[in-house]
Amino acid sequence: MTDIVDLTVLEAHDAKMAGDLSPREHSEAWFEAAAADEINAYLWRNDRAAEAAAIEVEQDWNAPIAVKDIFATEGVPTTAASRILEGYRPPYTATAVRKLIEAGLPILGKTNMDEFAMGSSNENSAYGPVLNPWDRTRVPGGSSGGSAAAVAAGLAPWAIGTDTGGSIRQPAAFCGIVGLKPTYGAISRYGMIAFASSLDQCGPLTRTVSDAALLLAMLQGRDACDSTSVGIDGGISLPDREDLSGLRFGVPAELASDSVDAGVRAVFERTLEKIEGLGGEIAEVSLPSAEHGISAYYVIAPAEASSNLARYDGVRYGMRAGGDGDLIEMYETTRSEGFGTEVKRRIMLGTYALSSGYYEAYYGQAQKVRTRIAGDFSSAFSAVDFVVTPTAPSVAFELGEKTDDPLAMYMNDFFTVPMSLAGIPAISIPAGLAEPEGGGPQLPVGFQIAAPAFAEQKLLDAAFALEQGIGFDDGKVAIPYKSWVENA
Amino acid sequence: MPELEAVIGLEIHVQLATKTKMFCGCELSFGDEPNVHTCPICLAHPGVLPVPNEQAIRHALQIGLALGCEIAPWSIFHRKNYFYPDSPKAYQISQYDIPIASNGKLGDIRIHRAHLEEDAAKTIHAGGSGRIHGSDASLVDFNRGGTPLVEIVTEPDLRGGAEAAEWARLLRETVRQLGVSDVNMEEGSLRVDGNVSVRPAGSSELGTKTELKNMNSFRFLQRGIEAELARQRELIESGGQVVQETLHFDPTSGTLTSLRSKEEAHDYRYFPEPDLVPLAPTEEMLREAREALPELPAVRIERYEGLGLAPEVALKLASDPRTAGYFESTVEAADGIEPRVLANWVTGELAAALRQAEVEGGAADSRVSPPALVALIGMVQEKKISHGSGKTVLAAMVTEGGDPAGIVEREGLAQMSDSGELEAIVEKAIADNPAAVEKIREGNGKAIGAIVGAVMKETKGRADGGEVNRIIREKL
Repeated sequence: MTDIVDLTVLEAHDAKMAGDLSPREHSEAWFEAAAADEINAYLWRNDRAAEAAAIEVEQDWNAPIAVKDIFATEGVPTTAASRILEGYRPPYTATAVRKLIEAGLPILGKTNMDEFAMGSSNENSAYGPVLNPWDRTRVPGGSSGGSAAAVAAGLAPWAIGTDTGGSIRQPAAFCGIVGLKPTYGAISRYGMIAFASSLDQCGPLTRTVSDAALLLAMLQGRDACDSTSVGIDGGISLPDREDLSGLRFGVPAELASDSVDAGVRAVFERTLEKIEGLGGEIAEVSLPSAEHGISAYYVIAPAEASSNLARYDGVRYGMRAGGDGDLIEMYETTRSEGFGTEVKRRIMLGTYALSSGYYEAYYGQAQKVRTRIAGDFSSAFSAVDFVVTPTAPSVAFELGEKTDDPLAMYMNDFFTVPMSLAGIPAISIPAGLAEPEGGGPQLPVGFQIAAPAFAEQKLLDAAFALEQGIGFDDGKVAIPYKSWVENA
Repeated sequence: MPELEAVIGLEIHVQLATKTKMFCGCELSFGDEPNVHTCPICLAHPGVLPVPNEQAIRHALQIGLALGCEIAPWSIFHRKNYFYPDSPKAYQISQYDIPIASNGKLGDIRIHRAHLEEDAAKTIHAGGSGRIHGSDASLVDFNRGGTPLVEIVTEPDLRGGAEAAEWARLLRETVRQLGVSDVNMEEGSLRVDGNVSVRPAGSSELGTKTELKNMNSFRFLQRGIEAELARQRELIESGGQVVQETLHFDPTSGTLTSLRSKEEAHDYRYFPEPDLVPLAPTEEMLREAREALPELPAVRIERYEGLGLAPEVALKLASDPRTAGYFESTVEAADGIEPRVLANWVTGELAAALRQAEVEGGAADSRVSPPALVALIGMVQEKKISHGSGKTVLAAMVTEGGDPAGIVEREGLAQMSDSGELEAIVEKAIADNPAAVEKIREGNGKAIGAIVGAVMKETKGRADGGEVNRIIREKL
C-alpha cells in the first residue's frame, strides 16, 4: 500500500471502508506529517494527542483538516496573521469550523495567511511568509497561502480558506491544487474575521475536485448567525461526470490580456483543446465591464475593510500600546504598531473612498461597476454554461519580487476579482506546468472555471471531468505532496 | 427689528422594551452589575455578525404606524463609523437614507422619520473630575450596548419650549400606550434632543440651529429650550450670529455649554451595512402591527373634545386609558347627563375621593361602579341631594361600594324639601349673626357667607345653597 499521506481524502475513505486503514492510523499519520512543517505554513499546530485519538469514532469523511487563521476557534490562538491580535483566543467558534468539528474532523492547526487576508503572496503575514513547496524561493500566493501550501506540501490532506478577490483560487493555482470559491451566501461567514463583508466567502483547498465536493457538502448551508447565508439548494454530492459533451465554455474576449505570461497562455490554450477533446464546446463571450473589476474591487474591499478593522482599538482584546492615559494616543499607537503596511494602506484607501464628498465618486461609482459586472456574467450565462480564464496571469513569482509595487501585486487578482464582485462560484484546478517568465523549473498553472450563482454541483461535475482529462495527478509530475515526507 | 420666532424640532430616542438586544441574544437590563449582559457579538469580537431582532422590528412598525408614518416596503441598515470606547465595533448600525418609517404626524407636529438603530454602551468616568477630561479612569459598561432604539425626528414645527415639552409628553404617552418602551426619561429609555433656531416672524427660511442635549425631564426640556431661545434672541438682537454647535444643558445652573462646533463634527462615512439584508416587513407583520394598535391619545383627545370635554380633561383621560375606559362606561350608563359633567366627576371628585381614601389604582379598579356614579350625579343634578352631600356619599361609596340612594337614606342626606323648616332655620341664623346682617345692609354682599355657613352647619349640608341664599335675601 502507498504511503497513508499520499491518499486523497476520498481514497483514504475507501481504504477505511475496505478495512485497509484504521481511522486512528490515518489521523496519526497526518498529525505527524503536519509536524514536519518547514515552509511556515502553520501559525499554530494542534499537538493535542487526545484529538487525534478521538478519530477512533467512525465518521464518513473524518480526515484531519488545516484551518486558515482567519476563522475564530474557541480557546485557540486566532490572529488573522496580524500583530494586533497576537495572543488573542476567541471565546467562540466560527460556524464553518464548528461544522467540521461536529463532522468529526480533527483540526491539525491554523494556517498562515496575508494579514487580515489582504495580499496575493502571503508576504503580508506578521509572522513571516509561507514558502512555495514547489520552489522555496517563491511565494505560495495569497491570501490563503498557508492553507494552499500545506495541502500541496503534504502537511494536510485538505484545508479551508477564504476568498475575497481570489484568495483561495490564486494560491491554489500557484501551489498546484484545487481551490473553490463558492457562491456568496453558500457558506456561513459567522466567525470568519471580516475583511470585505460583501465579498468574503469560505471555501475548500484540496488535492482533488472530489475532495472539494466532500468539504463543500459539509460546509454549505444556511446559518441563523449569518443573515446573508442561504446555503445551496439540494446540497452537494460527489461529482462523477466523465465527459463535457453538451457543455459550452465561454472565453471572455476582454480578459485575453497581454499581461498573461506566455507559459500560462500555452497551458490555457492546451486546456481549451482538452475541453473540446472531452466533447465540450468553446465560445467567445463578452464581459465588457470585467476589465474595470480591479478598480472597483480596490475601492469596495478597502472601504468595507476600513470599517471592519476599526474594532481593533486596543480597548477590549488583542494588543494595546501607548496612550499613557490618553485615549486618542492609545488608539493611534495601538493601530500604527499593530497593523502592517498593506493593511494600513487599505484602511487609508477605504476611509478616503467613504469620506463625505468623495463617496459618490468612489464607492458609489464602484458599486455601479459591480452591478454591471454581475450583469455581464448574467448575459454570458445565457449563452454558455461556464466562463473560463487562467486563474492568475503568471506562475508563482519570487519572494520579494512585487512587495515594493502594490499595483503589480493587485494585478494578480485580474482574473479572479470579477467573479467575486458578481458573487458567483469559481474553481481553480491545476492544468499543467509552465516555466516562469525569467526561466527556471516548471511551476503549476491554474485553470479557472466560473458558473452561475449556486450552480456549484454543475461546476464540480465539469471540473471533475476536466481534471480526469488533464491527468495532472497521474504520476508524470513531481507533485510535492507525493514526495514531501521522504524529502523533508 | 421684527419679532424673532422660535423654530424647534425634536430628535427622540426610544429604547425598545424587547427581551433581547437589537443584533444578539443578550438580555436587556437596567441597573445590573456592569458587563454581565454581553457576548462576542455585542463586544464586537473578530468575525461576529449581527442578526436583527424581529420583535424590535415589530415594535418599530407599531411606532411608525402610531405616528401616522408611511412604512417603507424595503429599508436598509447603514454603518455610522466613529471611534469611541462606547462603540465596540467602532460603528453603529443605524438607518440612513431609507428609514423604516417616514412622513407622519402626531397632533399638529409633522414627523420627518423614525428609524431603527442600536444603542451605545455606557462610559463611566471615575474619580477626579468625573467627566471625560480629568477623571482618573474611564470604564465601559456594555450592558446597554446594542439595546434596540427607535429614533424619531420631527419637522421643525414647534414654536416654543412649553409647546415642545407638551408635545413630547403626548409622544411619550403615545409610545407608552403601545407597550413598546418604558419611556422613562430618568433611566434614559426616552431621550429628547432639541434643534433650536430663531427667525424673523413670518419668514419661511430657517435660521442657524444649535443642538441641545441632556434634557432628561420635560421640565428641563422646556427650560433648556427657553434658555437657548433667549440666548439666540439676545445674540441676534445685539447684532451677533448664531453658530452651529452642540450644547449641553446643565439643569442645576441653567447654563448651556458647547460640546462641539460644526468644524469638529464627525464624518461618519455612512455606507450600507453589508452584513444585513434589506428589511422588508411582510404583509402579515404589517397587518399584525396595525391590529395591535390601541386607540391613540391624539385620537382620543380629539374624540373627547368632540363630546364637549375641556381640553385639559380630555388630555388627562387620554393619558390614562383605564380611567378613560371607565369614563366611557359612565357615558354609556348616563341617562341624559352630559359627558362633560361625567368627565369632571371622574377626573375631579372621584379621583379626589380615591386619593383621600388612599385607594390603590384608579377609578376602573375602585368599588364605585360606573352606573352607581351616574346615579349619584343624577341625584345631584336633580337637586335630590346637595353637591356637598354628593361628595360625602361618594366618599362612602369609595370605601364600601353600593348604591348611592341607600347611603343617602341611611345618612339622612336627602335635600330638605320642607321650606317651612328651612325658613325657621334661616331666621334663627339671621338672629344669631347681627354683625353679618349689619354688613349686608351696608352693601357688603360677601357677608352673606357667614349666614349661609350657619344654615349649612345646622342642616348638615342637606339644604340647597341657592334656596338658602334666596330665603336670606327675602328675609333681609
